[in-house]
Amino acid sequence: MLAMWLGFDDQGDRLSLGRKLWEINWGFVLLVVLLASVGFAVLYSAAGGDLDPWASRQITRFGVGVLLMLTVAVIDIRVSLRFAYVFYAISLVLLVAVELVGKVGMGAQRWLHLGVIQIQPSELMKISLILALGRYFHGLSIEDVGRLRWLIVPVVMCLAPAVLVMKQPDLGTALMLLSIGGALLFLVGVRIWKFATVIALGLVMLPIAYAKLHDYQRRRIEIFLDPEQDPLGAGYHILQSKIALGSGGMFGKGYLQGTQSHLSFLPEHHTDFIFTTLAEEFGMVGGLVLISLYVLLLIYGYAIAFRSRSQYGRLVGLGVTVMLFVYFYVNIAMVSGLLPVVGIPLPLLSYGGTAMMTLMMGFGLLLSVYVHRDIEIPRRIGGI
Amino acid sequence: MPDRRDADQQKMLTRRTLLLAGLKGGLLAALVGRLYYLQVLQSDQYKVLSDENRISVRLLAPPRGRILDRFGVELASNRRNYRALIVPERTDDVRESLERLSAIISIDDTQRARILREIQRKRKFMPVVVAENLAWEDFARINLQSPELPGILVDIGETRDYNYGSYFTHIIGYVGAVSEKELSEDDPLLELPGFRIGKQGIEKIYDLDLRGKAGDTSVEVNAYGRVIRELHRREGQPGDDIVLTIDAELQKAVTQRVKDESAAVVVMDVRSGEVLALVSNPSYDPNPFNVGISSKEWQALNNNKLKPLLNKTISGVYPPGSTFKMVVGLAGLEAGAITADTRISCPGHYDFGDNRFHCWRPGGHGSMTVHTAIEESCDVFFYEVARRIGPDRIADMAKRFGLGEQTGIDLANEKPGVAPTRAWKKQALKKPWYEGETINVGIGQGYVLVTPLQLAVMTSRLATNKQIKPRLVVPDDVPADGVQAVSAKAGGQLVNPAFIKIVQDGMKAVTGGPRGTAFKYRLPPPLPNMAGKTGTAQVRRITMKERENKRRKEEDLPWEERHHGWFVAYVPVEDPRYAVSVLVEHGGASGAAAAVARDVLVETLRLDPANRPGRARFAAESVSPQKKDHG
Repeated sequence: MLAMWLGFDDQGDRLSLGRKLWEINWGFVLLVVLLASVGFAVLYSAAGGDLDPWASRQITRFGVGVLLMLTVAVIDIRVSLRFAYVFYAISLVLLVAVELVGKVGMGAQRWLHLGVIQIQPSELMKISLILALGRYFHGLSIEDVGRLRWLIVPVVMCLAPAVLVMKQPDLGTALMLLSIGGALLFLVGVRIWKFATVIALGLVMLPIAYAKLHDYQRRRIEIFLDPEQDPLGAGYHILQSKIALGSGGMFGKGYLQGTQSHLSFLPEHHTDFIFTTLAEEFGMVGGLVLISLYVLLLIYGYAIAFRSRSQYGRLVGLGVTVMLFVYFYVNIAMVSGLLPVVGIPLPLLSYGGTAMMTLMMGFGLLLSVYVHRDIEIPRRIGGI
Repeated sequence: MPDRRDADQQKMLTRRTLLLAGLKGGLLAALVGRLYYLQVLQSDQYKVLSDENRISVRLLAPPRGRILDRFGVELASNRRNYRALIVPERTDDVRESLERLSAIISIDDTQRARILREIQRKRKFMPVVVAENLAWEDFARINLQSPELPGILVDIGETRDYNYGSYFTHIIGYVGAVSEKELSEDDPLLELPGFRIGKQGIEKIYDLDLRGKAGDTSVEVNAYGRVIRELHRREGQPGDDIVLTIDAELQKAVTQRVKDESAAVVVMDVRSGEVLALVSNPSYDPNPFNVGISSKEWQALNNNKLKPLLNKTISGVYPPGSTFKMVVGLAGLEAGAITADTRISCPGHYDFGDNRFHCWRPGGHGSMTVHTAIEESCDVFFYEVARRIGPDRIADMAKRFGLGEQTGIDLANEKPGVAPTRAWKKQALKKPWYEGETINVGIGQGYVLVTPLQLAVMTSRLATNKQIKPRLVVPDDVPADGVQAVSAKAGGQLVNPAFIKIVQDGMKAVTGGPRGTAFKYRLPPPLPNMAGKTGTAQVRRITMKERENKRRKEEDLPWEERHHGWFVAYVPVEDPRYAVSVLVEHGGASGAAAAVARDVLVETLRLDPANRPGRARFAAESVSPQKKDHG
């Protein structure tokens, strides 16, 4: 019934639940668990060798996340395809809602209270954008991609949420949405000169955009360029983080021995700056091992994406992979002083539920792409 | 069924994915390069920064040395002191921090002003004392709430305790906060919050010995300054204990004896010069000076006409009056101007030029020898001796007996007094010496000025004929009995022993002979006899009119106009052991002083260690730095 309503015509494409679970790429899941476990260990250390207050809660959260991931993984890929625009529309509405009634937390308006659940629509949007762009380009031929008029819709799809998120203000997430959207546009074959034009235009617009930034954002960029100018104020984060990383050296100070993080010199040492905590204790070697794990996850992502027989599957897989890359890359670059502090957590490691759920949902979609890799989806899809 | 368009799509996707992967690879390479730069190339530099972050080196104040009496009784000691401090660099807003702290302990406006002033003065990382001597409960509450009190920290310091209150203030002095001027001294300890240094007395003179050497501790702290653990500790060197020659019990007894008088009393061991009691009354409690007294309290002390702030034993100068007669007598004997048998007649007055100098006994003493002149304190006899030998010979003898120059005791502000000579007057007053002035010198008036300590030294030297020097502190290298080494150092005899015998006999007669001026103040048997001398220092001239109208009784005069009473003595007359000098300011005649001297000597003999088995002399070595619990 459901299948028919959804327009699935091929009975043979339907797999039993058991079969689907069997088909899940458990190597990928194992890697995710491994990364999360590294996070638990660092959180344990950040609390001064205690499961409380962070590690234990993070474990619970991750458990929920795994369930979410597996649930999403067994849902037919065509379901997400069918509802992609609906999700996107809902996410966009929520973003507008948060603009109107949202709760201001940490100086930014990001949260929406829906009864007992608090949601951050900007997080939902990351997933929705991947799905929506995936669906859009799934139906578009390579020739159409070359035509400018076919690009108006996806560009608006990217810009609308990015602008809304920017207004909250959440520079990190806005940049992330733009990167995901941009990467997907690039992947489907939008001409490189078009990107070059946009980038050139962007550079021209930069001073204007800079003027429109919030004071604290401007300050962060200034301090990123010269952290020494305010070592005890806003530059403190970066400076202390660099000291922690630098003093960790090649092999680190040893597990539970990180002085910077344990002695509270390092702010946010369990959330955005958790990489610093890790790299102080395990050194550059530890940092490289972690980065390698992420790269391995990326490789899995690429492999899964290209195993898919549908353009939608490939695009969703690549979209999730790009998201993962942006997450961990921006975070590590930020704490090591390569990029300004924009408040993006380290995927699977940072303490906090929101990003965790976004990622687990994304990984669920990636697994769903894997489980349903052999389903061929016609270019034209009915429905909404 | 993949069609051509699908294949195109996939081809494009693959190509672009590879391109993007290449870009990602490049970005990752940059990131790895960045980590290599930070964690390998610049690692050393960041390690230093990291250590600076977490290790805070703090000075440890050494416990201040104690001050003990000759038997080891603590006169100045240390007590635990719970304090609240503020470190300016650890808080964004000093005032806000103080405001929050004032919810726990009261901080009034004067204190607040003082704290802010001190913060201005010191370097930003040096803690400044906010409050001291906190109750344990307050101390604990501040400690507990320290996360909400940025920059505030608590510690356990030490505070100085003067266990005998005012009894020893003129000897020990007191400690106080380091002043701006003193801050220039090159000792990091001085910058420690609430550090105290000696301001007066022994505390000041022996400050460097008592202070000790700073220790330090490296502690690991977090960004809030809270100590996580101690990494390394180097104990400082505690200050040395200072052992005084004073007998606390005697000092106390003497002080109580003169508690109603403005008086100065010095008791010395004539063999060693050790000062057993040094009392200047009234005194004041040094304990409040630790924290600083208010200007009102200071004014009260300063304006008190009994001068409690003045150590009269060393800083008060007075005419010695008749106690000077032994010196004049010795000078006369040595000059050959008189012999033991020289007789001078006293009609009750002495005429010189146009002036008439009176003897204290209006009817006169009749025929006097040096012996009887001392016994009965005849003025005329010494007028004549002085006239015969002149001021310079008298001054020379006075100096040999310790008058007119500093004795060199271990106290600050010792006055030299005056043993006047012709040259002295010319230099000091730019005037020639008038012969009439010599007459007054003969009875210790005029320009002659001495301190009570000098008279005690003089008495010791009269008793021993040796150059005894007063000592207040037991040096490290003196043997336990402390006697031989010093006597040997005292060198040869001061004057011909025959002359000194004559004077000593005269002094014996003062209390021993029925005509002696202090016969009624002799020591009660079975105590040994003492040798002494009375003295009266005139505060104002007695006018002719007063003499004619039969002099008013001293007791009828206002207090300020009454004469000072002196008494000096040593005991026992054979084999002298103790010397005493007593000044009772405005005591009228010398009787009051003689009574005090008698009671003091009785007490001194009672407290003689020989009479008190078990009161072993305290050896400085046995107080070698004890580790005291000082938090």
